[in-house]
Amino acid sequence: MNAYSVDHSHDDLHDHGPPPGLMRWVTTTNHKDIGTLYLWFSLIMFFIGGFMALIIRTELFQPGLQIVDPHFFNQMTTMHALVMIFGVVMPAFVGLANWMLPMMVGAPDMALPRMNNWSFWILPFGFAMMLSTLFMEGGGPASGWTIYPPLVLQTGDALPFLIFSIHILGVSSIMGAINIVATIMNMRAPGMTYMKMPLFVWTWFITAYLLIAVMPVLAGAVTMLLTDKFFGTSFFDAAGGGDPVMFQHIFWFFGHPEVYILILPAFGIVSEIIPTFSRKKLFGYSSMVYATASIAFLSFIVWAHHMFTVGMPLAGEIFFMFTTMLIAVPTGVKVFNWVSTMWRGAMTFETPMLFAIGFVIMFTIGGFSGLMLAMTPIDFQYHDTYFVVAHFHYVLVPGAIFAIIAAVYYWLPKWTGNMYDEKLGKAHFWLSTIFVNILFFPMHFVGLAGMPRRIPDYAVQFTDFNQIATIGAFGFGFAQILLLVVAIKCIRGGAKATNEVWEGAHGLEWSVASPAPYHTFSPQPVVK
Amino acid sequence: MRRFKQFHLIVIPIAMFGFGYLMVPIYDIFCDITGLNGKTGSISQAEVDALDADQDRRVRVEFISALNQNAQWDFYPEVKSMKVTPGKSYTTTYTATNRLDQNTVGQAVPSVAPAQAATYFNKTECFCFVQQSFEPLESRQMPLVFVVDPKLPEDINTLTLSYTFFDVNSRIN
Repeated sequence: MNAYSVDHSHDDLHDHGPPPGLMRWVTTTNHKDIGTLYLWFSLIMFFIGGFMALIIRTELFQPGLQIVDPHFFNQMTTMHALVMIFGVVMPAFVGLANWMLPMMVGAPDMALPRMNNWSFWILPFGFAMMLSTLFMEGGGPASGWTIYPPLVLQTGDALPFLIFSIHILGVSSIMGAINIVATIMNMRAPGMTYMKMPLFVWTWFITAYLLIAVMPVLAGAVTMLLTDKFFGTSFFDAAGGGDPVMFQHIFWFFGHPEVYILILPAFGIVSEIIPTFSRKKLFGYSSMVYATASIAFLSFIVWAHHMFTVGMPLAGEIFFMFTTMLIAVPTGVKVFNWVSTMWRGAMTFETPMLFAIGFVIMFTIGGFSGLMLAMTPIDFQYHDTYFVVAHFHYVLVPGAIFAIIAAVYYWLPKWTGNMYDEKLGKAHFWLSTIFVNILFFPMHFVGLAGMPRRIPDYAVQFTDFNQIATIGAFGFGFAQILLLVVAIKCIRGGAKATNEVWEGAHGLEWSVASPAPYHTFSPQPVVK
Repeated sequence: MRRFKQFHLIVIPIAMFGFGYLMVPIYDIFCDITGLNGKTGSISQAEVDALDADQDRRVRVEFISALNQNAQWDFYPEVKSMKVTPGKSYTTTYTATNRLDQNTVGQAVPSVAPAQAATYFNKTECFCFVQQSFEPLESRQMPLVFVVDPKLPEDINTLTLSYTFFDVNSRIN
């Protein structure tokens, strides 16, 4: 893709490793170390959040109440969502950005390495605070992750802890985003113009702007909840002249860009992987960039499609319906570009490619159910049913999570210097793909038939599909242990990886040794 | 290394935090214009006199009442519904009884359905304009004077006015 030259004559001066011991991880300002920390943190949270999901699915194996009481069930749905969104998908993307962005743009490190350390290390504290609420008087938050008042204001001692932990997670991601933008703007190798940047860099560049624009809005919304509860304001209290519906507007003004924060970097990852294993250049590079930017812009003017049923004027419903449907256009551009990249390519199907193709197909299924939900009259029927659950799990699990897993397989040899176990990787893919569909596809049917979400009990006619979904959940959950096994095996040894790793790989990150040395690209390469 | 010069990266988050708060007045103004949140309007007697009553038209106004979960009141409308002529002013009352053995303060919050009609429902006098204090076990009738704007869209023939009575003791203390 890019022609580049690297001057290796100074490399030996910088070829020292990290300091030994545990303090290396606490004090590190190295982008690779911090990336590793983010990724391990995300994997641990993935298993914690997954365990919560299994409690939910076990309770839903049969109608009636079996293993947990409804209040705890509601805490599980709330915490599962908060952990998976803020503790798994976002840190995983930031971790991948930390590892790969400097290497992809030919920079020696992130622009603000000390802030980088800080933005990671406040995360475990934020989550310790959030998870500790489960053990408090009155239990953790049980209002759903959307924390709508007045329900959320009935939370017990957990409420201020929930709010402060959301503040901390917000500060962490804003700092991470500032760092990413500063790196991309200031630290690109000479000759790497914006339109020569790899797509993973581009999508992260746009995602980072979404983050700095909307995370403060969430911080404002939860601060209003805090003052409503403890300081006598009435932003959302009708008795004092406020309006609870206004919270939904503010929340979803954050919430809708947030769902693109959770998917745009995944688009970037897939746009790196598919060309490599198709041995072709990415089809329509610049249209990919413009499509990403259009999606980011549109994400700010569609928020009320999450709340069609609150009672909006017809004009508002029509506006939000059509702007929402408009997003299908740039997203369609992306899907067709990926398919066109594969068209007549010399394709091979290593694990990253399998996950990337799985992403394209299953994310598109989630996109189509999203289009169905976008239609206002139909949404009145589907609102708050399992159809919505099926929709957003299709875009987030075989969507965002599959892309993250694909990225891990794709770059793992570069990180460790060893090839991962291809057989286990493929087994991981096929088990995940089969079970994820057993898990989420039946939810479409029970949702269309009217099963409401966030309820621990259901009418008996939904039993069969719920039992199928629960079997899928356990299959999918246990299949993820393979990811841990593959990663540990690969770190400990395996066939040595070459510098290029993949035959069709292009880009600066493949020009450095495998494993990537502790310090890369100082001096910077020149991109021609 | 070049110096950090992307100050917009710091300005944007601070500005957007402010924007989150700015959405509160924006929402209020937006609702004022559209009646989106069902909040009714108020009107002066002079403005009522200036209205042309639409004698050919009758609109049904229904009255309902609700308590929020903590409120210890009996609260109900005097009449369940009225046929009114748009442009003419009418008076009705709601009755509230304090069930508690102590002084208490309540606040009624109105809402009109359908929301498109909210801006056409105006009050010259309403017990919801101020907080209502009650002696122990006191019961009293509270007046409401309203007028339906003759410009009410043709397709709306029934308005429902709902009052929710909130306990506001905790806000005062």
